[in-house]
Amino acid sequence: MATTIPIGPYHPLQEEPEHYLLTVEEEEVIDVDVQIGYNHRGIEKLSEEKTFNQVPFLVERVCGICSHSHPYAYCLAVEDCGDIEVPERAKYIRTLIGELERIHSHLLWAGLAGHFIGYDTVFMWAWKYREDVLDLLELLTGNRNAYAMMKPGGVQREIKREDLEGARPTLQTLKEKSEMLYNAILDDPVLKARLEGVGVLPEEDARAFGALGPTSRASGIPADARADFPYGMYEELDWQVITREAGDTLARVEVRLLETLESIKMTEQIIDEMPDEGSIDSEPENVPAGEGIGNYEAPRGECFHYVQSDGSNRPVRHKIRAPTFMNFPTYKSTCVGETVADATIILASVDPCYSCTERAISLKGREDVDLLELSEKKTADLKEELGVNKSPLEEVLDE
Amino acid sequence: MVGSLVFDFFVFPGLLFTLAVGILASWVVRKVSALIQWRVGPPLLQPAYDIAKLFGKENIIPEGGAEWSYLIAPLLGPAGLLLASIILIKSNYLGTSFIGDVIVVLYLLVLPALSVILGGMATGNSLSAMGSNRELRLMIAYELPLLLSITAAIVKAGGLKLATFTGQPVAASISGALGFIAALLCIQAELGFIPFDTPEAETELMGGPLIEYSGPLLGLYKISHLMALLVLPLFLVTVFLGGFSTGWGALWGAIKYVLVLVGIILIKNTNPRLRSDQALKFFWYGAAPLGLLALILAVVGDLIGMGWV
Repeated sequence: MATTIPIGPYHPLQEEPEHYLLTVEEEEVIDVDVQIGYNHRGIEKLSEEKTFNQVPFLVERVCGICSHSHPYAYCLAVEDCGDIEVPERAKYIRTLIGELERIHSHLLWAGLAGHFIGYDTVFMWAWKYREDVLDLLELLTGNRNAYAMMKPGGVQREIKREDLEGARPTLQTLKEKSEMLYNAILDDPVLKARLEGVGVLPEEDARAFGALGPTSRASGIPADARADFPYGMYEELDWQVITREAGDTLARVEVRLLETLESIKMTEQIIDEMPDEGSIDSEPENVPAGEGIGNYEAPRGECFHYVQSDGSNRPVRHKIRAPTFMNFPTYKSTCVGETVADATIILASVDPCYSCTERAISLKGREDVDLLELSEKKTADLKEELGVNKSPLEEVLDE
Repeated sequence: MVGSLVFDFFVFPGLLFTLAVGILASWVVRKVSALIQWRVGPPLLQPAYDIAKLFGKENIIPEGGAEWSYLIAPLLGPAGLLLASIILIKSNYLGTSFIGDVIVVLYLLVLPALSVILGGMATGNSLSAMGSNRELRLMIAYELPLLLSITAAIVKAGGLKLATFTGQPVAASISGALGFIAALLCIQAELGFIPFDTPEAETELMGGPLIEYSGPLLGLYKISHLMALLVLPLFLVTVFLGGFSTGWGALWGAIKYVLVLVGIILIKNTNPRLRSDQALKFFWYGAAPLGLLALILAVVGDLIGMGWV
């Protein structure tokens, strides 16, 4: 007899409301259905009411984890529409933030995946190492999430050489820790028993469903927007697209962990090669009538933005397609025939992107504290801890 | 006489003592897990607060469930564990023991699992039915190796009375050590700890059999788990590690108990959850042959008169 097992909209497996319906016979999944739409916030419509320079701040809030991916894809679309040149230094800064974001996103996923199969130690350890990446992002941009660095034609703020150099020791430890995590996960026989051969996505199915990002790369398709539609500095950097043939959950874990190492390598190259002088913003005057598209490789796969302009200062139409939209349907191929116990890790293995991650701060009884000042002070403390020199602004603040 | 019986059942070594040590053990589990995971961990009395909170809440009986079994099932676990704890502790420090009490304790230790199965089946919820189903499968998996390894220990110690095990560390021989390892893994499953927490698997079944339980009835299940944290490792300590006695022996016994507990916590924190079928295979094809080997070695050692085999 077939029973329906609901996973969601509220379930310990999920951080955000989403509804999976597993039809099961005994413990075997015979069908799966996904209902989404609990998080609709009308961002595309909101975008039409903002000016071109305001939209990055809006689309940054599409997702807390990919908070660089969406603005980047949007800027690529606007730059495509208006044939806007981006200075080299701005491209370096954009790529740097993008790769750091990929590291933090993949570590976050590795931790969650561990949690889903009951391995809470991996969960806590991966998130501890991820914390270092967030510190780095705060050091370089001033924010842990929602970096507010993007604008059409360049970036909003400089990154100073001393900050870049200050990032090196953290990157080095991060590299060691990621390698340790990679070895620990791949050498664990029990983990292997849980992940190997589970939720296999054959290459033809991956193509048929249009899977993106690590999900497709784990099935042997070298689809990567960084290589297919080069943007930023990826053509100059020495890196490779990681692929695995197996298509199972273990392969998806492997691809993500190896990509983390690849991203650390790229970040170090960027620190070596980035010029210290030069413009960071081409300051485009206006966006002519027309349309443009942006393909950006977000940590979860290709993020696609379409922007249409009528020559005014606002986009007429702005369409967003997040990678998860393409990765959801693969459940039909991967979950069916597996047990409920495996279904949960398979559902999580495409890294469905919940628009999430909110950073809260408790100020009970401290209403006198200015949040901005507190944030600046924390960044300054962090810099001191990492041994990076203070900027003139922070010296003034200290006095 | 009645007074001393009441004292035995409700104060020491009965309800109060078992609960108090269980709460302490539960805190140790949570604190050590937290330290392994770079967290801070809860304060000492957190498990007690949790239980107290549950007993202040409302009982909700699900519609469409079997009301009576739903209400009675949670009582089975604590009842069985309470008796087991009294028999174990008294046999250790007073030497009051009767023939076959090892077997009685083994039977009593089945009750918590049965109570979870019964309660889960009574709710009428598909997720908890699934959890009960998994618990049943897990029980079938671990009972066989547990019985084999305990039998090996009985052969080794040469008696069916718990008192014969006291002061006689069975695990100090090859067969005893193998049996201890097999039994430790079974205890891990009996406690419902990772890698054998399939019935409750919060990210799959959201608590499984306990999903519909709330308030004091859920509190009873939690109490059952707290008591199991004392009784099960203590059973291992008694049967395989020579138990404990009064005076300094009690301290030595406590150290052995904590070591077994920490071993269980380490296994819990360095493994992911196994699937039901994998757990079954693990126990039948891995732990059971180990227990059988222990039993054969124990018998052979007994026949040829070599104590260390």
